[in-house]
Amino acid sequence: MSTTRISFELNGQPVWAEVEAHHSVLDVLRNTFELYGARESCGQGLCGCCTVSVDGKVVSGCLALAIDLDGCSVLTVEGLDSGGELDPLQQAFIDCGAFQCGFCTPGFLMMSKQLLAQNPEPSESDIKHFLAGNLCRCAAYPEIIQAVQLAAHRMNKQEQV
Amino acid sequence: MDTSHKAMRVLGASRGRTEAVAKVTGRAEYIHNLRLPRMLHAKMLRSTMAHARILSIDTAQARAVPGVHSVVTAEDVMKVIPQPYFGPAFHDQPILAVGKVHYVGEPVAVVLAEDPYIAEEASHLIEVEYEELPAVFDEVQAAESKIVVHDELKPAGTFPDLKHLAGRRGTNIALDFQVRKGDVEQAFAQADRVFEHTFRTQQVMHTPMEPMISLAELTDSGITLHTATQSPSFVRLEIARLLGWPESRVRVRTAFLGGGFGAKLYIKLEALAAALTLLARRPVRVALTMAEQFYTITKHGTTFKIKTAVDGSGRITGRQCTVWWNGGAYADIGPRVTQKSGFTATGPYDIQNVAVDSYQVYTNLPPAGAFRGFGITQLVWAYESQADIIAKELGIDPVEFRRMNLLREGQAHSTGTVMRSAGLIEVLDRTAERMNWDQPFDRGSGTLRRGRGIGVGFKALVAPTTSVAMVTLSADGSCFVHASTVDMGQASNTTLAMIAAEVLDISPERIKVIAPDTDVTPYDMATLGSRSTFHMGHAIRLAAQDARDKMEALRAELGLPADEPLDAAALLKKRYGMQAGNIVGWGSYVPEYTSPNKETGHSENITPNWMIGGCGIEVEVDTETGQFRILRMENVVDCGAVLNPRIVESQVSGAAIMQLGAALYEEMEFDEDGQLRNASFAEYKIPGITDLPASIRNDAVPMHQYNGPFGAKGVGESGAFAVSSAIAAAIDDAVGVRLTSMPMKHETLCKALRAAVANPIEETLT
Repeated sequence: MSTTRISFELNGQPVWAEVEAHHSVLDVLRNTFELYGARESCGQGLCGCCTVSVDGKVVSGCLALAIDLDGCSVLTVEGLDSGGELDPLQQAFIDCGAFQCGFCTPGFLMMSKQLLAQNPEPSESDIKHFLAGNLCRCAAYPEIIQAVQLAAHRMNKQEQV
Repeated sequence: MDTSHKAMRVLGASRGRTEAVAKVTGRAEYIHNLRLPRMLHAKMLRSTMAHARILSIDTAQARAVPGVHSVVTAEDVMKVIPQPYFGPAFHDQPILAVGKVHYVGEPVAVVLAEDPYIAEEASHLIEVEYEELPAVFDEVQAAESKIVVHDELKPAGTFPDLKHLAGRRGTNIALDFQVRKGDVEQAFAQADRVFEHTFRTQQVMHTPMEPMISLAELTDSGITLHTATQSPSFVRLEIARLLGWPESRVRVRTAFLGGGFGAKLYIKLEALAAALTLLARRPVRVALTMAEQFYTITKHGTTFKIKTAVDGSGRITGRQCTVWWNGGAYADIGPRVTQKSGFTATGPYDIQNVAVDSYQVYTNLPPAGAFRGFGITQLVWAYESQADIIAKELGIDPVEFRRMNLLREGQAHSTGTVMRSAGLIEVLDRTAERMNWDQPFDRGSGTLRRGRGIGVGFKALVAPTTSVAMVTLSADGSCFVHASTVDMGQASNTTLAMIAAEVLDISPERIKVIAPDTDVTPYDMATLGSRSTFHMGHAIRLAAQDARDKMEALRAELGLPADEPLDAAALLKKRYGMQAGNIVGWGSYVPEYTSPNKETGHSENITPNWMIGGCGIEVEVDTETGQFRILRMENVVDCGAVLNPRIVESQVSGAAIMQLGAALYEEMEFDEDGQLRNASFAEYKIPGITDLPASIRNDAVPMHQYNGPFGAKGVGESGAFAVSSAIAAAIDDAVGVRLTSMPMKHETLCKALRAAVANPIEETLT
């Protein structure tokens, strides 16, 4: 099968890959770059475990095609602590115990990151609405809501200082 | 045995998960992420018939697809595993269908290919010709049906109480378990009131977010399975049996599990992965999609007929329970569910006359096995729903009715086992207190009516089961815990490290809990049934104590004073003159247990402990549409001493929210041919973040389990027990309509509301 060469930015680094037309974003992240934070669970874009950010927009990595990444900037959960420090959201998820098995956690983090970028002071109902497409079978939802609120609070406080 | 330590140093305080950073950075290890050099990808072709003879399988077209390595059928499997049947209770499940298929979705053939997309595409090119046979789906019908799923029953021999079933023909009943006490017929004859109801639950799926996955590879010494399993020790044992190899040639390792909930227990994909790697002589990855999980293991649907005799004062004097468990096409661990949960079917009540009949029934549906609660949620649904119905009929407050009838400390349960460290009344009272049960309650008005309900359920810890652990102190004083307990989100690594730290008097940060690997971690029955804190907790406590004893001996041997602190680093340095050596302690734990009598179900000691969960619910129902909202959920458990409060709370909360799914909307929907219609999150809804009750709070009553490690017992399931019945009670309290089947969908309530006012919805629609 023929392959296409794509070039894009991955967690701040310029990269390239040879992909086939049917390869998903998940395929290229896992098979070419060995980044396993985005995961295939439902495979239908319904659970959010594969969420990554492409040019500042969250997409389902299991559905989005790798070939469309050409020229884009991609952020995955592995890029959140690229400076060696945890993102405030990651720290808040730890502090609130906002995960159990951890399989869905990267998806929730990427989605929450997007939420706080759009809405720095989300209400509980804003959080629920925005995270409605992410599923956590361990049901750490109450802790996830707390964690997003805590991260927002800490980030806003930091900005004021 | 009193194993408590009065003042706990590490235990009892909240501590986050040891692997927290790995999980939030996406770097935690899951088998899902594993790739092996030269591995092949497997894709199964599944049966389209619920019950049929396989006449032919044509694999020629699939084999011709470029990139396909081979196509495997049962005939090929039998070249490497001549007796290809597996299972924990019955050896009834073939690795691939042999001669017949027994449910829609059963694996029939497998394509092995270099690429998963090619494997999938080629699997569609396999042609199977079937001769359809009559099928049976309903558990009550199947118990009597002439349509028989399996020609002959084949118990595994592991469990003594299944041996009598060997060779039995012409039946779908894979276990008939009973309890008898007093004279239940006489109790009915003498009762002031007799209540008889039938309650039903539906088949649901665990849907762990990490779909089931197993990889197998051949090594110099035998075979290695990398598998997302809750029971590595059992997988090793079963693969060794299938291959006729010693256990030492089979290595089973796992990593963090992306959820388990009972789905990844015993043996699932491992036997197939082993057969495929033996045939291909290359590593093989068998990974299911979310949809395929629905065809692999499920939770039993049930029909529960419950008949209760009550005297004039509201005391329960007799109870007859008949429970049919829809086991699907293969027994899996269903017969254990039938027995281990079956004996609690009369509920946590003091009843003098009891008859329980609990039937595990084969049907032509996907197999049912363990699911968080192990059958208990189905039983509580029935006995607590009926408790509310009786209380209402008798005009007694439902909490008071339960107080009158609950088993108290020191009283004998129906099986004869005396209740000990069982905080039933404590959980009930705390739940009622948190609900402000004695206070006036806003019942709403107009078309928005409010109601509330309370219930309490209990579970016996599955017994007898064994855990073995090892504790290795390094020469710098840091420590490894070797345990086969699988961390699937319940934070067992954290709790077990805390237990070792408590005994060894070192910081938990200095302890590494080694991921289960049967080459290096000792035997453990499995991670199931909320057993790990109790069993493995004891084994690690004993192992750590053994290490301390060895340090004391070394201290004496080195001529050091007896008041010198036990510091492994200092002792080893003195012993070897450098940073060298280890101190190794080991511990093994199996609780005392007496098997129930075959005729009466009686046992002096049927369980090491009772786990207890209560739930209080407030709902608001729209009387015009049947839509309802849960305004409040109060979950209360008795888990003995709380070893890590934050983790306990998340377990209780998680179990309760998960149970909301089964209570309210999850349902595997089959058509008349046994075809599953909704194997996808698009049509099978699990609780999401918008489904949370408006208020949800969790609590544990202060209890001390007399024989638990540091006074503790398990807590992974208790939050789920009483959720469903409390919702049904709250709906009934709000609008006077009683639902007796799960799930309690809004449309179901809508229909019931209209039927109740003699304006059935069907009529208005036509």
